[in-house]
Amino acid sequence: MGTGSDMYRQQILDHYKNPRNYGELEDPTFSHVGENPMCGDEIRMDVVLDETDDGATIEQVAFSGDGCAISQASASMLTSTLQGKTVDELLSMERDDVTDMLGVDISPMRIKCAVLAEKVAQDGAEIYRGDADGEKTTIED
Amino acid sequence: MSHQRVEPLDVEAIRAEYPILDQSVDGTPLVYLDSAATAQTPDPVVDAMSDYYRESNANVHRGIHHLSQQASVAYEEAHDRVAEFVGASGGRKELVFTKNTTESENLIAHAWGLRELGPGDEVVLTQMEHHASLVTWQQIAMRTGADVKYIEVTEDGRLDMDHARKCITDDTAMLSAVHVSNTLGTVNPVNELVDLAHEHDALTFIDGAQAVPTRPVDVEEIGADFYAFSGHKMAGPTGIGCLYGKEDLLAELDPYLYGGGMIRKVTYDDSSWGEVPWKFEPGTPPIAEAVGLHAAVDYLEEIGMERVQAHEERLAEAAYDALSAIDGLTIYGPEPGPDRAGLVSFTLANVHAHDLASICNDHAVAIRAGDHCTQPLHDTLGVAATARASFYVYNSVDEIDPLVEAIEDAQALFG
Ligand SMILES: Cc1ncc(COP(=O)(O)O)c(C=O)c1O
Repeated sequence: MGTGSDMYRQQILDHYKNPRNYGELEDPTFSHVGENPMCGDEIRMDVVLDETDDGATIEQVAFSGDGCAISQASASMLTSTLQGKTVDELLSMERDDVTDMLGVDISPMRIKCAVLAEKVAQDGAEIYRGDADGEKTTIED
Repeated sequence: MSHQRVEPLDVEAIRAEYPILDQSVDGTPLVYLDSAATAQTPDPVVDAMSDYYRESNANVHRGIHHLSQQASVAYEEAHDRVAEFVGASGGRKELVFTKNTTESENLIAHAWGLRELGPGDEVVLTQMEHHASLVTWQQIAMRTGADVKYIEVTEDGRLDMDHARKCITDDTAMLSAVHVSNTLGTVNPVNELVDLAHEHDALTFIDGAQAVPTRPVDVEEIGADFYAFSGHKMAGPTGIGCLYGKEDLLAELDPYLYGGGMIRKVTYDDSSWGEVPWKFEPGTPPIAEAVGLHAAVDYLEEIGMERVQAHEERLAEAAYDALSAIDGLTIYGPEPGPDRAGLVSFTLANVHAHDLASICNDHAVAIRAGDHCTQPLHDTLGVAATARASFYVYNSVDEIDPLVEAIEDAQALFG
């Protein structure tokens, strides 16, 4: 049987079935919601920042929502890597960082699922900084 | 069921005319189960279109020269042929070529709806409308102040006809209903719906996008005022669709789009319109596509629409039986029978429809996942997305096995 895209490696299934940092935080510095209308995936990101003169560091991060395995696993992995990163580091993340993190080739039709969590976290951070408006994130093309 | 009466299709012979199906995806033979979205196009249709480009291509209506005459005759005759195929005795006077079903809906919603609808009028739709009809009438109703009502769907995926009798009243100006649901597979009682609407002097628009490809359709027997369908779901090309309308109704409507090729007389101050269908077909039309659709209609008639329907019913029943044996799998829509077409939508516990479609793709099985352009219906069903397998003349019952294997694989992965 052809194994095709190989998207569903153990690591992704593990994060999907046992999501890390799942839930909502008590007192987040910012939180933001986004959706992928094509799939009905929805993700909320809650972030607690530690703010010093040198800039803001992500102290705690959690996600909630539901959707396909790719979007949920991606959110789970992202929350694990974001802890301790600065907001600047979050904002400079790119698509490739997400696919590298997932460790598999994501088919073109599913890339929106993969990058949803990253986009929600980044948009949330920009809104918090006052660089963007407070609309809900929607993943389009 | 009708398939006991007619001679079964010779799927192997049919497949020989679809070279696209004879391919592998990563070494596994392709299984195409997405024909409700777009059906594949057989050699005779592809050949008719390439012959047209090789031998007769020119613009229509305007040319005196040889090629333009050939192209014009082919384009005009395609209207008559397609009209005949769906039982429209008025030929081209009752059959307009559009881009697709969606444009056919928009044509009537704009040309008739914007002029005739107003506050106090009601447009009655069904809960299982495709966005092509739902969004169009919803938006035209908003612009005109008319109200929209939806006939409800029962637990078993049929229209609630008691509710239909309540919804359709003397305030109803238009009933727009889908003939065969692209999500539930339900074959709706369109004759009864049309009669109900006519008893209240309402007009009727039937969306036949999934019906014309899969069963014999006679618009006059149904009695619909307007009826729409798309070339690409009936072994024809993309880029062409049809609007049937009763001759007198089309004749008195104003155009929806304006431009060249549709006019009788133009001055700097005013214009008057040509005959139906040309007054609804401004600009250079899809000529090669019309030639292709003509060939598709010939092709389907050669097979016989009763046999196509029986084949669809047989596949639907086999798929229904095979899928319902899988634990945790939910099928939407009526049980197999004469009011269920050859498509099956389903969900699998713990597996999102998009993951399921991705895993099916890993098995070279092409299915669709999403809301199938029926978002409100999915809200009613309480799911964000479903997976859908759909069949056509080239599918064999054996192709359901790889689908089942793929679903079982998904279940094992996610279990
Ligand atoms: C029932 C139904 N109506 C309308 C449409 C729209 O057809 P098209 O995209 O060709 O306009 C479709 C196809 O997706 C359909 O299944």
